[in-house]
Amino acid sequence: MNVVAPFEGIGASVRRKEDFRFIQGRGAYTDDFNRQGQLHAWIVRSPHAHARIKGVDTSAAAKMPGVVAVFTGADMAKDNLGGLPCGWQIHNKDGSPMAEPPHPVLAVDKVRHVGDPVAVAIAATREQARDAAEAIAVDYEVLPAAATMADALKPGAPVIHDGVANNLCYDWHIGDKAVLDQAFAGAAKVVSLDLVNNRLIPNAMEPRAALGEFDRTTGDYTLTTTSQNPHVIRLLMGANVLHIPESKLRVVAPDVGGGFGSKIYHYAEEAIVTWSAGKLARPVKWTADRSESFMSDAHGRDHVSKAELALDANGKFLGLRVHTYANMGAYLSTFAPCVPTYLYATLLAGVYTTPVIYCEVKAVFTNTVPVDAYRGAGRPEATFLLERLMDVAAKETGIDRVDLRRRNFIPTDAFPYQTPVALQYDSGNYHATLDQALQSADWAGFEARRAEAAKRGKLRGIGCSTYLEACGIAPSAVVGSLGARAGLYEVGTIRVHPTGSVTVLTGSHSHGQGHETTFAQLVADRLGVPVAQVDVVHGDTAKVPFGMGTYGSRSLAVGGSAMVKAMDKIIAKGKRIAAHLMEASVDDIEFDRGTFRVAGTDRTKALVDISVAAYVPHNYPIDELEPGLEETAFYDPKNFTYPGGCHIAEVEIDPETGQVSVANFTAVDDVGRVINPMIVEGQVQGGVAQGIGQALLEACVYDADGQLLSGSMMDYTMPRADDLPPVSVATHTTLCTHNPLGVKGCGEVGAIGSPPAVINAVVDALRDFNVRSLDMPATPAKIWQIINGGRRMAAE
Amino acid sequence: MPQVTLTVNGQTHTAEVEGRTLLVELLREKLRLTGTHVGCDTSQCGACVVHINGESVKSCTTLAVMADGANVTTIEGLAKPDGTLHPMQEAFREYHALQCGFCTPGMVMSAIDLVQKNPQGLTEQEIREGLEGNLCRCTGYHNIVKAIAAAADVMHGKRSEIARAAE
Repeated sequence: MNVVAPFEGIGASVRRKEDFRFIQGRGAYTDDFNRQGQLHAWIVRSPHAHARIKGVDTSAAAKMPGVVAVFTGADMAKDNLGGLPCGWQIHNKDGSPMAEPPHPVLAVDKVRHVGDPVAVAIAATREQARDAAEAIAVDYEVLPAAATMADALKPGAPVIHDGVANNLCYDWHIGDKAVLDQAFAGAAKVVSLDLVNNRLIPNAMEPRAALGEFDRTTGDYTLTTTSQNPHVIRLLMGANVLHIPESKLRVVAPDVGGGFGSKIYHYAEEAIVTWSAGKLARPVKWTADRSESFMSDAHGRDHVSKAELALDANGKFLGLRVHTYANMGAYLSTFAPCVPTYLYATLLAGVYTTPVIYCEVKAVFTNTVPVDAYRGAGRPEATFLLERLMDVAAKETGIDRVDLRRRNFIPTDAFPYQTPVALQYDSGNYHATLDQALQSADWAGFEARRAEAAKRGKLRGIGCSTYLEACGIAPSAVVGSLGARAGLYEVGTIRVHPTGSVTVLTGSHSHGQGHETTFAQLVADRLGVPVAQVDVVHGDTAKVPFGMGTYGSRSLAVGGSAMVKAMDKIIAKGKRIAAHLMEASVDDIEFDRGTFRVAGTDRTKALVDISVAAYVPHNYPIDELEPGLEETAFYDPKNFTYPGGCHIAEVEIDPETGQVSVANFTAVDDVGRVINPMIVEGQVQGGVAQGIGQALLEACVYDADGQLLSGSMMDYTMPRADDLPPVSVATHTTLCTHNPLGVKGCGEVGAIGSPPAVINAVVDALRDFNVRSLDMPATPAKIWQIINGGRRMAAE
Repeated sequence: MPQVTLTVNGQTHTAEVEGRTLLVELLREKLRLTGTHVGCDTSQCGACVVHINGESVKSCTTLAVMADGANVTTIEGLAKPDGTLHPMQEAFREYHALQCGFCTPGMVMSAIDLVQKNPQGLTEQEIREGLEGNLCRCTGYHNIVKAIAAAADVMHGKRSEIARAAE
C-alpha cells in the first residue's frame, strides 16, 4: 500500500509546530530564564510628568538587605554611555533636520513623562530590589506639564527639551500645495472632517523583560530580551549606547509573547541590565510589572487631523488636503518619526484615484510616554481618515457610500499605479474584494435586519471600509533617502544537513505569527522536505547571520523571499552535484520538490543523495565545487507590497445604555499568495479584534497634569471574549508582482481596515441623530450622550 | 519564614516562603514551573490560572501560604505521563487557538474548569462569558471559543476525539 504524505506545501493549513511547547507550558520566554548568581533590577520611575531632578539620594537604599548596587543617570554619564538612538530622521519643509533631543537611558537633570526611568536598584531578589527602589529618595522640582499636543503648542507652553522651539519635532509635508489649491478652486463640493485617532497602549500579554550577562573570561555580553528584532537591538545598543562591538555582544530574543510593534524599539531597560551585568560581573534581570508596561512601552496612534476632500459634480475626487498633528511623546522612540510621515501620508491615496494630495504633518513633543508604531503604524490612521471621509462625503453629496467608493477606485487594469504621494502599487482588485465582502455580509439585505432590530428597540447600522496598506517597507536605498538609518532587507540561511533534514536561519522574528510552521512550509514546498524535518531558528544573533526583524508585516514578503533566494542557490548547487553523480550535463538536470532528474529519463537522485555527497565528498566534483550544502541570501525588496480589501461591520446599539455591540464582522482581504490559510485567518481575526478594540473600547487617557489615568488593565479596556463577534474572514488574491512568492503580508490588515468600518456602522445606526464626527472609542457614555442630546434637541 | 507543603502535578514539595510570596512566584521561581505566566498586576489577565484542588484560581492573587496542603495542577501537569495531551491542549492546537502562547496556559486551565463545571454543555455565548477573566491579545478569541467547544465534546464523552477544524 502506498502511503501518501499529507500535502504540507504552499496553501496547506498545517497545524503549528511551535504549539507543542506552548500548550504544555514549555515555551521559553525571557522571564523564564534564570542564571547562576543572577541579580534582579527594579527601576525607579518618575511619578511626575515634568520635573527637574534636584538630587537623588541612594544612601538608604544601598544599605538595604540584599542590595548589590544602585545606579543613577549620573553613574551612567561617568561611563560616557550614549543615549537611546532614533532610527529615522525626518526633514522639515525648509530642508532642515527634525529636532532630535537626547534620550538618556536614565534621566539626568529632568524627567519628561510619568514612568521616565531615574535610577535602578539591583539586589539578590526581585522583592529586595523593589524594596530598595522604594527607599531611593528623588528630590523633584515639579514643572508645569504639556499633557496634550494643544498644550504643548500653546504660546508660553512648558519647554520639554531645551532648544526645541514650540515643542515641535518637525513640520513636514508631501505633495504640491499650489496644484492642490487649484484643484480645490475648481471643485463642485468640498467636504471636510476633523478627526482624532485615539492613543492606544499595545499591551502584548507578555510584559517586557531583559536579562543581561557578562562573561569575565571572554569579555562577551549577552542580552536576552523581549524583542521583535534582536540584530537591530544589538546594532542600536552596541554602537550607540554601550559602545560594545557586535563581536562581543549577543542578543537573544527567545519566545516572545506578542509584540504588535511595542517590542521593536530599543528600550532603556535593555541597556541598563547589560551595562549593570558588566559593572557587577553578574547576570542582572529585569521584568516589567504590567503597571510599568503601561508607562514605559511605546504607545500608538495619537493623531489630530483635519481632512478636506474636493469633488466634482459626479463625485470624482479632485484633491485631498490633510493637516495632521502627531504626538511623539516626551522622547523620540526608535522609529517614531517615520510613522506619521512615510507610513501615513504616503497612504492617503488609499484605493482611490485622487489626482492631487497635499499633507502637512507637525510632530509634537508632549510630557507623555513616547509614541511609536503599533500594529499598522500610520496606515490605520490614514485609513480611518479616508474611510470616515468617504462616508461623510457620500452623505453630503447624496451619493451612495458604496457607489462613491466605486466611482473613485483605481481601476483593476491600471496597475502598476503611481499615486501622487510617492508610492507605486503593483497589484490589486478593489472591486473584487468589495463585491465579495458585500455579498458575504448580505449588505443588500441589511434594511430588513435594521427594521427587525428596531422592533426590538435596538438601533442597527452597517458600515464598510475599502482600505489599502503597505507592507515590507523597502527598498533600502529609497528608505535611506527618506531618512531611515537602517537597511530594510532580510537574511535567510538554508542549511541542508548531511542526512537531509533542514535548518532555516532567519533574521525575521516570530512572536506569535507562526513562522516556525509557515517558513517550514516554504521549504517543504520548494525542497520537498517534510515540515517535521525542517527547523526554523530565529531570534539569536549568535546563530543567525544577520537580520532586520519582524514589523510592518514584512516577515514573509521580505524574510520568506530571502529564504527562496537561498533555496534557489541550494538547488543550483544541488544540480551541479546531481549532474556529476548521474554523469549528465548540468543543463539537463531538473529539480522538483526533492528530486533531481536527468530530463526525459528515469534517472533521479533524491535531495538526501545530494546532501550526503556534499558532506561526504568521495565522489564529488571537488575541483570545481566546494563541499557542503548551505546557502545564505540577503533579499532587498524592490517595492513595498500593497495588501488591500474590504471590511464590513454591522453593529447594534442599545439606546437605553449607549452600548454598541458588533453583530457581524466580515473581512475580505487581498494579502497576496496565502501560504497557510489557518494562520492567515488567525492573523486577520487578531488584527480585527485590536481594530474593534480601538473603535469601541480602548483609550489611553492622561489628565491635565500628565498623569496616566488608564494605567492598568482595570482602567484601560482590553477587548475580552464577550466584547467581540465571530469574524468572517476570506481572502481574494492578486499576487505581488515583485517578490518570488507573490505574497503581500497579513499581520496588520485586520487592525487597519476595521476601525472605520465599525465607526461607519455606528454612525449609520445613529442616522436619526445627525452624527457627523465621532471619535474613537465609541463608548456607551459617548453614544448615550448623542442619543439623549439628540432627543432633547428634538424635544426642544 | 513560613513553610508550605503542597502537591504540584502529583509531586509533593516543601518550601520556605515569605509571607508575601505569591503562589505564582513559588511555582515559577522556586519550583521552576515557568509554564504559568504573569501578564498583569491587577488580577485581570488570567495568564497565571492554575487549578487548586480542581478549581481554577489566579495564582498571582493567591499567597503561597494559602496553598499549604493543597493539590495544585499547572499546565505542565495536564498531559498524561505517556505524553498524551489533554483534549483541551489538543483542541487549542487543532483550532489555532494560540499565537504567541503567553496567555495559553492560563486560558487552557480556565477553559478546563469552565467545561468541567458545565456538564450540560455550553453555548458559544456562555463560553465567551466564561472567559471574562482571561485576556488574549493575539487571537481575537474566536478560535479559542471553537477549541473549547470541541474539547467539551470530548471531555463530556460526546466524541472520542477532537473534531477536525474546518479547512
